[in-house]
Amino acid sequence: MLYRTAGQFKTSYTADQALFPVRQDAVLLGIVLLLVWVVFPLTASEFAFQTLLIPILIYALAAMGLNILTGFAGQLSLGTGAFMGVGAYACYKMVTIFPELNPIVAILLSGIFSAGIGVAFGIPSLRIKGFYLAIATLAAQFFLVWLFEKWAWLYNYNASGAIQVPNLDMFGLYVSGPQAESVTEYYIVLAIVTLLTVVCINLTRGNLGRTWKATRDMDIAAELIGINLMKSKLTAFAVSSYVVGVAGALYVFMWKGAAEPNVFDIPLSFQVLFIAIIGGLGSIMGNYLGAILIVGLPVVLGTAADTRIFEMSALAGLLWLAGILAVAFLFWVARNLWGVAAALGFGAAMLLYGYAQTQGFRADSALVEHINTMIVGALIIFFLIIEPHGLNQLWRLIREKLIIWPFPH
Amino acid sequence: MFAEIFIDPWVDMFAAPDFLMQVLWEGLVSGILYALIALGFVLIYRSSRIFNFAQGIMVVFAALTLVGLHAMGVPAWVSVALTLGVMFVLAVTIERVVLRPLVGQPDIILFMATIGITLFLIGLGETIFGGENKVMITGDLGIPTGDTVLEPFGGLLILQHLDITVVIVATLLVIALLAFLNYTQMGRAIRALGDDHQAALSVGISLQTIWVLVWFIAGIIALVTGIAWGARAGVSFALEVIAYKALPVLMLGGLESITGAIVGGLMIGVLEKLFEIYWGQPLLGGNTETWFAFVLALIVLLFRPQGLFGERIIERV
Repeated sequence: MLYRTAGQFKTSYTADQALFPVRQDAVLLGIVLLLVWVVFPLTASEFAFQTLLIPILIYALAAMGLNILTGFAGQLSLGTGAFMGVGAYACYKMVTIFPELNPIVAILLSGIFSAGIGVAFGIPSLRIKGFYLAIATLAAQFFLVWLFEKWAWLYNYNASGAIQVPNLDMFGLYVSGPQAESVTEYYIVLAIVTLLTVVCINLTRGNLGRTWKATRDMDIAAELIGINLMKSKLTAFAVSSYVVGVAGALYVFMWKGAAEPNVFDIPLSFQVLFIAIIGGLGSIMGNYLGAILIVGLPVVLGTAADTRIFEMSALAGLLWLAGILAVAFLFWVARNLWGVAAALGFGAAMLLYGYAQTQGFRADSALVEHINTMIVGALIIFFLIIEPHGLNQLWRLIREKLIIWPFPH
Repeated sequence: MFAEIFIDPWVDMFAAPDFLMQVLWEGLVSGILYALIALGFVLIYRSSRIFNFAQGIMVVFAALTLVGLHAMGVPAWVSVALTLGVMFVLAVTIERVVLRPLVGQPDIILFMATIGITLFLIGLGETIFGGENKVMITGDLGIPTGDTVLEPFGGLLILQHLDITVVIVATLLVIALLAFLNYTQMGRAIRALGDDHQAALSVGISLQTIWVLVWFIAGIIALVTGIAWGARAGVSFALEVIAYKALPVLMLGGLESITGAIVGGLMIGVLEKLFEIYWGQPLLGGNTETWFAFVLALIVLLFRPQGLFGERIIERV
């Protein structure tokens, strides 16, 4: 009903292959863009910028980079964290060597360095495949993090061994460093992420993207139909590492403000891989959905533990309820009863927890954090079981059902 | 520069053979532990093609459970038995809740699911036993703690009794495991499943039982590794990093090969110690153990893409 496609005729091949063949998709994207470009920046609090909006965008970008390599070109990578580090350190060296360089240009250029390193560690992929290839990226992961620590030139011989983002200004406005405002940082991240997303969507839809997908599906067969495997795999490594490197530069310059080498250690790689897989391998939108879930959920759980649900404002309470009911409804439309049960169960558990709080129950913060880890782990397994192809596929199913809803067929 | 890289280390080795032996011994001990963890991986990989990332955290979880139970006043050997029980329940739960619904999914999804298990176990362990460092109950389990000093070549070689025990126990465990796999019906079933799922199923081997069994064996191995490593370095979630070490061991040896896991483990244990002491510390600023194993495995894989003992990869269109 909401997605009625009746009356939308396609009269040419161009129209059929358009990015949004269904009008409602374009409208939905318009609403999302309106929200992220206008509504969120106007209404968000400092807390929301720093714990939700900025990190979700940055993680989504990193996951998109990984997804190009793993989801589109089929080369498993466990070294994303280190490639993010290369971008961050390259950006740091550039802005300290050339202080007059425009920060946005520096961030965009830093990806080129990680692309170079990515190609170097991608060369073994021509010979090593599958899980064995993971070792090449793991070698990159551990070697590069070690290098960040030992090569003092990279962090300008600081006593702390960490890189510290200086105040950077653009046309008189601080865009990065301790004096920059969150809104400015948010808009820069948003602009870069939007730009790279458009580039990636078109790359994956084009000739290059098709050679990547052919390589992923079966590389020998791809070679037989005339695809140059070396070119296909190495371009995937280059583009992927470029995007990941830019995400790394944003991660430090627009969000963290400072970074030690161990920030880029393997947990970061895994977190990005989670986002890509939970979101859906081989999709662009999935990265955003995955990032919202993996970055957003612990924050939501954490704030739910801090603030008493029963003392929230009526509006916030209604939003909570509406959110949970909407998720349950979407699962119900997709005929996924496990999903409905999980959404309602989650809502009930939160209510119960809120009720326990009104009775004087207070969980200490360490315990809450441990339980958070458990919930995140359980959710990953849960999402893999109900939809192994990720949130993107789940959305596709829901959308398909929405087109015919309320009829079952 | 040439001399520093290619000549000096060898001169150092021959100048102090007792120190070299000490280095080799320590490499051997950690190598055996790497091999043990890798064995757990290989068993699960062979029987289900699951790349079990959770093996490392199972080590920590087993050790934590053991120490935690003992702290609650349970006698040492009873808590070992109870921990084995917990590992069995864990194996059954993982098979029932995680693996069974995911049968037939792509490898990477199953790999991801084991990372999910890892996170869940970290959270569960911390919730029940707390996140702080703990001391392994070495004395209560009757593990000797002294050391023997030998004097080869007029030098000094210190052998910790703990390390000797670890080597002996690990060797016995490997022998027992090999005997189990080769001479019992269950063991043959595991190997059959590793060779061909369909064929194994068609002669009446139960996939579910075997999966529970291999996860339980992996749990036993995890407990032994956890006791050994915990006695050397304390029980904490930092132990998880040794799981990452098992990955290059596996790749080097070949994902399907039990021999490969053992040889790979010993090789990496010894070589990374040698490299660290004679090349890493004087030339590269030390701490090369974090990446050496991976780079070594990568170089070997460039020449043998299936690892030293892995099954030859045959690709058809």
